[in-house]
Amino acid sequence: MADHQLPERLSPLEPEYHPGSHGNFEHGVDVILSETRPGSILQLAAWPSEEKRLIEAIRKVTGLALPDGAGGGVSNGGRAAFGFAPGKFTVVDEAEGLAAAFAGAITPAIGTLTDLSHGRTAIRIAGPKAEWVMAKFFAIDFALPAFPLGAGRSTNHHDIFAQIQRSGADQFDIYVFRSFARSFWKALCHASEEVGYEVQ
Amino acid sequence: MLITCPYCGPRDVIEFTYQGDGNRERPQPASQNLDAWNAYVYDRLNPAGDHNEIWQHSGGCRSHLRVVRNTLTHEIRSTTFARGGHKSADNRAEGRS
Ligand SMILES: [Zn+2]
Repeated sequence: MADHQLPERLSPLEPEYHPGSHGNFEHGVDVILSETRPGSILQLAAWPSEEKRLIEAIRKVTGLALPDGAGGGVSNGGRAAFGFAPGKFTVVDEAEGLAAAFAGAITPAIGTLTDLSHGRTAIRIAGPKAEWVMAKFFAIDFALPAFPLGAGRSTNHHDIFAQIQRSGADQFDIYVFRSFARSFWKALCHASEEVGYEVQ
Repeated sequence: MLITCPYCGPRDVIEFTYQGDGNRERPQPASQNLDAWNAYVYDRLNPAGDHNEIWQHSGGCRSHLRVVRNTLTHEIRSTTFARGGHKSADNRAEGRS
């Protein structure tokens, strides 16, 4: 791939992104909302029966060892990966250029790589009431035993697709279509008002 | 109604899209067997009980699923991946005409 200047990425949330404390925070802030702005968001898909080779390629390129099982994932701060469908994985890096690093590792015989770095927006919700607010949005079980650390889930909120990874005991990273991200963000802020929220 | 996706686990029916009767056998596209096409388009078992159906987890992992649903009780008897070793909905995997 030829070297080229990457265009500066603007946040779709910007007009509605207001750092500070909001809502019912007199007795404390119970969730923190932020946009994590990873440099790379990739979608990797294995052909049937090539899943193990794809997982091995992810390990070689990123150092992330995906656990077995549907929706299994791992997050180490700067990098994250999780399954979101059979044989399909989202891989995220805070740095740009991860697609190029995979170029030689995902051969046409193994599967495909789609660079969604400019197509998805990553929103983080953290804090003691994160599960509570998420449960108002999505009809899935957010309790730690049902949704373990690192795991991923595919679901949607009023037709806005969302891939969710648990990146901490009380922290979730939500990947939504960039074109819907501002609307989703506004809804998430409204939903967080009752518990008191801080935008960082 | 909950459908247990083999990948995602139990999810509300609102996440799924019904893709039709799973008992149909689709003729090969080039087939000129009018009886077979007629059966594919019009014939339905319409059982009062367990029914083979094709669903897609369109609001989740997007897998296509074979679902056995009881039409009287809405009980979901089983869910499996459509591509997982079963007869495909349109029967093309077996190459029949
Ligand atoms: Zn599913």
